[in-house]
Amino acid sequence: MTTTTAPASAPYRPSAAKRAQLWLANHFAMLSAILVLLYLFLPVAYTFAFSFNDHGKTNIVWQGFTWKHWQDPCRVAGACESLVTSLQVGAISTLVATVLGTLMALAMVRYRFRGKAASNVLIFVPMATPEIVMGAALLTIFVQGFSNIGISLGFGTIVFAHIMFCLSFVVVTVKARVQSLDPRIEEAAQDLYASPMQTFWKVTFPLILPGILGAAMLAFSLSFDDFIITNFVSGNESTFPKFVYVASRRGIPAEANVIGFSMFVLAVLLVIGAQVVGSWRANRVKG
Amino acid sequence: MSGLAQASVAPAAAEVTAGGDDQRPTRRSWTAYLLLLPGALWLGVFFVLPLVQLATVSLQSRFPGFPGYYYRDVNFQNYVSALTDYGPHFLRSFVYAGLATFLAFVVAYPLAYAMAFKAGKWRNLMMICVVAPFFTSFILRTFAWSQILADEGWVAGILNFLHLLPSGHIINTPLAVVAGLTYNFLPFMVLPIYASLERADPRVIEAGGDLYADGFTTFRTVTLPMSMPGVLAGTLLTFIPAAGDFVNMELLGPQRGKMVGNVINDQFLAIPGGYPVAAALSFTLMAAILVMVFLYVRRFGTEELV
Repeated sequence: MTTTTAPASAPYRPSAAKRAQLWLANHFAMLSAILVLLYLFLPVAYTFAFSFNDHGKTNIVWQGFTWKHWQDPCRVAGACESLVTSLQVGAISTLVATVLGTLMALAMVRYRFRGKAASNVLIFVPMATPEIVMGAALLTIFVQGFSNIGISLGFGTIVFAHIMFCLSFVVVTVKARVQSLDPRIEEAAQDLYASPMQTFWKVTFPLILPGILGAAMLAFSLSFDDFIITNFVSGNESTFPKFVYVASRRGIPAEANVIGFSMFVLAVLLVIGAQVVGSWRANRVKG
Repeated sequence: MSGLAQASVAPAAAEVTAGGDDQRPTRRSWTAYLLLLPGALWLGVFFVLPLVQLATVSLQSRFPGFPGYYYRDVNFQNYVSALTDYGPHFLRSFVYAGLATFLAFVVAYPLAYAMAFKAGKWRNLMMICVVAPFFTSFILRTFAWSQILADEGWVAGILNFLHLLPSGHIINTPLAVVAGLTYNFLPFMVLPIYASLERADPRVIEAGGDLYADGFTTFRTVTLPMSMPGVLAGTLLTFIPAAGDFVNMELLGPQRGKMVGNVINDQFLAIPGGYPVAAALSFTLMAAILVMVFLYVRRFGTEELV
């Protein structure tokens, strides 16, 4: 090693082979990432394409192009009603789960108290429980226990269940944001004679708001797309995923594809919009 | 890792600070209980209580002579019949979910890696692309897979042209079920791995190359260990829902040879008087998964899971 006499001034340059290898390594990751993204979008593309299928009884094989499903997607009985139910369930569950979950996250990060480990388990176990077990358990208690106090399967039980399974995910998401917060910022506010309430609303809340919004979006998408638990606790009420599943026995009508794809476009626009507003606000603060 | 460290440091710190300031900790812990109470109550009433009810149902006994009727009892016969009659279903659930988890890991890692280290200004866009497909209903997407994998479709066409399919079909085979499970839970694998890679310092990985490690060695000894918390969380978040799923089997799988999720669903919703055995099946599934999670976390584990 000591005998090598490379000129000390020359900068380190990898050999051509090494560079080619590095180039390939760099682009290999990006290339496979693009392939994976295409794979993720493949069924969405099929859903979109088959919303234009001029199908007969079943919408499985391509039979010809038509606009008719897009002109009146509510033509199929139950499609739009179930969509409205899903949106209502999603909105209520998201609101309640986000508020309750944010409070829990604040307690878990900011305070020491007896029973913290038990609370951690209580929050973690619902996420590690298969949906089918939660659905089964909820069904037994709704049918055999809570029916005695006048609760029957329907809209209400769907909302109760959705709040329950969204809650843990909200806690985990908000917790991460609160943990990344520097406690000295809040201490500074206290030092400047802000009351605890003022400190929370003027300092803590704005700083954790992105985490809360992220948690709310997660909760809504979990609620909106849930089928397994909903199927157990919904009784005669139908949500959009349940409508699609029931229809799949006979063949999903293309109108369901229209609604599903529209929700996809709407959600993507919302997410991009939120990103744009977020970066605009960040720039304004900096500038 | 850091969570464990914090957990062991916190009590010591508490002792130190308690000496100087007696009043604060009690006041603060009361606030904590108030903040915690509504959510904890909700989880108690709609998670713990239902599970207790499910447990009592799983121990009920059959009324002799009245098929479909049960009385309250402490009878473990339901568990025995759950395991003896539906052992193969459990096995299939765990094997299919295990395969899907492994495949999802293989597919997700390059994407998470590219997002964390190579994407640059495209990072946010790629993030949206990972989540976006999941705004189309998951049943619609699974149904789309049944179209893609159909016998007339191009996937089966190509594979048959290459003589890679022994039976000539993909749809209605276990292969289609594993493919559907892999696809459906992929973001749950991508996002945690991405989150832990994003926190890693890329210079550490470059250092591996500078120290003459080849690409694979760098990956095995530097990159992968750094992303281990994410891999752990991702595999759990993929395996658990996959093991309990019945929709992929219903829409893509064969008529015979179902998974345990299908049995539970049918026993509860389609077969009158099926509750006790289905409850026993549910509990066995949950216990099996919790034990596996526990062993897995002990083996590879960190305190911070998600």
